[in-house]
Amino acid sequence: MGWAWFHRFGSPPWIYGFSRRWAPWFGGLAALGILVALYGGLVLAPADYQQKDAFRIVYVHAPSAMLSLAIYATMAIAAAVGLIWRIKVAHAAAAACAPIGAWFTAVTLGTGMLWGKPMWGTYWAWDPRLTSELVLLFLYFGYMGLRAAIEDPQKADKASAVLAVVGVVNVPIIRFSVDWWNSLHQPATRLLGESDMDWAMKWPLLLMFLAFMLYFGAVMLVRLRAELLRRERNASWVREVLRG
Amino acid sequence: MKTGPLQAAFLVSQRDLRLAFRQPSQLIQPLLFFMIVATLFPLTLTPELSRLRDAAPGVLWVGALLSSLLALEFLFRDDAMDGTLEQFALSGQSLTWMLFAKTCTHWLLTGLPLALAAPIAALALGVAPAAIGAVVASLLLGSFAMSLVGAISAGLTLGARRGGVLLSLLTLPLAVPILVFGSDATQRAMMGGDIAPPMYLLAAIAVLGVTLAPLAAAAAVRIGLE
Repeated sequence: MGWAWFHRFGSPPWIYGFSRRWAPWFGGLAALGILVALYGGLVLAPADYQQKDAFRIVYVHAPSAMLSLAIYATMAIAAAVGLIWRIKVAHAAAAACAPIGAWFTAVTLGTGMLWGKPMWGTYWAWDPRLTSELVLLFLYFGYMGLRAAIEDPQKADKASAVLAVVGVVNVPIIRFSVDWWNSLHQPATRLLGESDMDWAMKWPLLLMFLAFMLYFGAVMLVRLRAELLRRERNASWVREVLRG
Repeated sequence: MKTGPLQAAFLVSQRDLRLAFRQPSQLIQPLLFFMIVATLFPLTLTPELSRLRDAAPGVLWVGALLSSLLALEFLFRDDAMDGTLEQFALSGQSLTWMLFAKTCTHWLLTGLPLALAAPIAALALGVAPAAIGAVVASLLLGSFAMSLVGAISAGLTLGARRGGVLLSLLTLPLAVPILVFGSDATQRAMMGGDIAPPMYLLAAIAVLGVTLAPLAAAAAVRIGLE
């Protein structure tokens, strides 16, 4: 048992083929999961006794919130792998993650504001969770901005990788500081008691988590493929792949 | 005799101090900027001291952050332009130590004067004289932590076009914890509360910064020089 299987992950043509084969599966399963979960969440699940139908926004809000953080972690791990072992594909993967993560963060903020209107009576409250999510969005913007501002792609890869790793050290500290900051002004707002949720409400949420992850996988594979084509446009394998 | 890492760091710091004192405008500008920002708030909010007092911690800390951002531009840029950083990297000495020395010197030249000048701004914003000591202490710690965090972004933006705005975009989110704990310490001091918890947390961030930031800054500068 050697390490050959692992080294394949560092080879652009192999990853290109892999992502071409698997992206439709991820995408199809994600679409199916999202449809079933939406039906379960919007139709089958009973209305919340306090929040009425407004609670149903959780089926988009919570999975996006989880992914916005998970994608940042994925991006930082990919960036660290690229930095340490100098694997080009890992840098490309980190680059592919950033816009998706920023979108999920934006969706989390958007749905959070829509949810805030009926619940808190205002679109924006300086709730610790919303605020740290906003800071996360700025971190994504910083990452993408740095990448865009450096012309040499290899330098851009490495510099943004350092930033992603620094950011990952900082995210828990930011989260803690924001919690600390807000506990002075108002008690922490619990959006949802996770433990006392009815199963009929819960399964669509869990399914939605899964479907969103598959969706991330699908989009990420497509973006990665585009990224690889752009970076390796002068390589011979690209010519072969595009001809055949 | 071979020069050790500490000795090299000391020499770097000596050089930076000498250069800075030969061109004092760079020293004074961030300080003036801080004072002007502190003046703008009474003009835009209200001249009443009782209401300004509520905003004072925010004004002081945001002013300090903006002025330290302004000063960060000078941290590596000139030395990167004239090739000094390249010589540092090629010198065989530890780049981490030399950049740490540069960052500390930078703080001595910008953060320290700012913290010492802050009482004027604080008193003008209606902060009680009894709280001034805590304001200075928290700004000393906080500006040091800001310089350390800023050194990373200053290193990262070396290779970038339009570095100035990007430098702010990278530094501001990373500086959120420093702002939160710093302004909390100021607020507590003004209300006569116990400032120890936020000060410990600020100190913890500064220690973490001392441990990790020079390493990250050195990695960033090396990438920028490639």
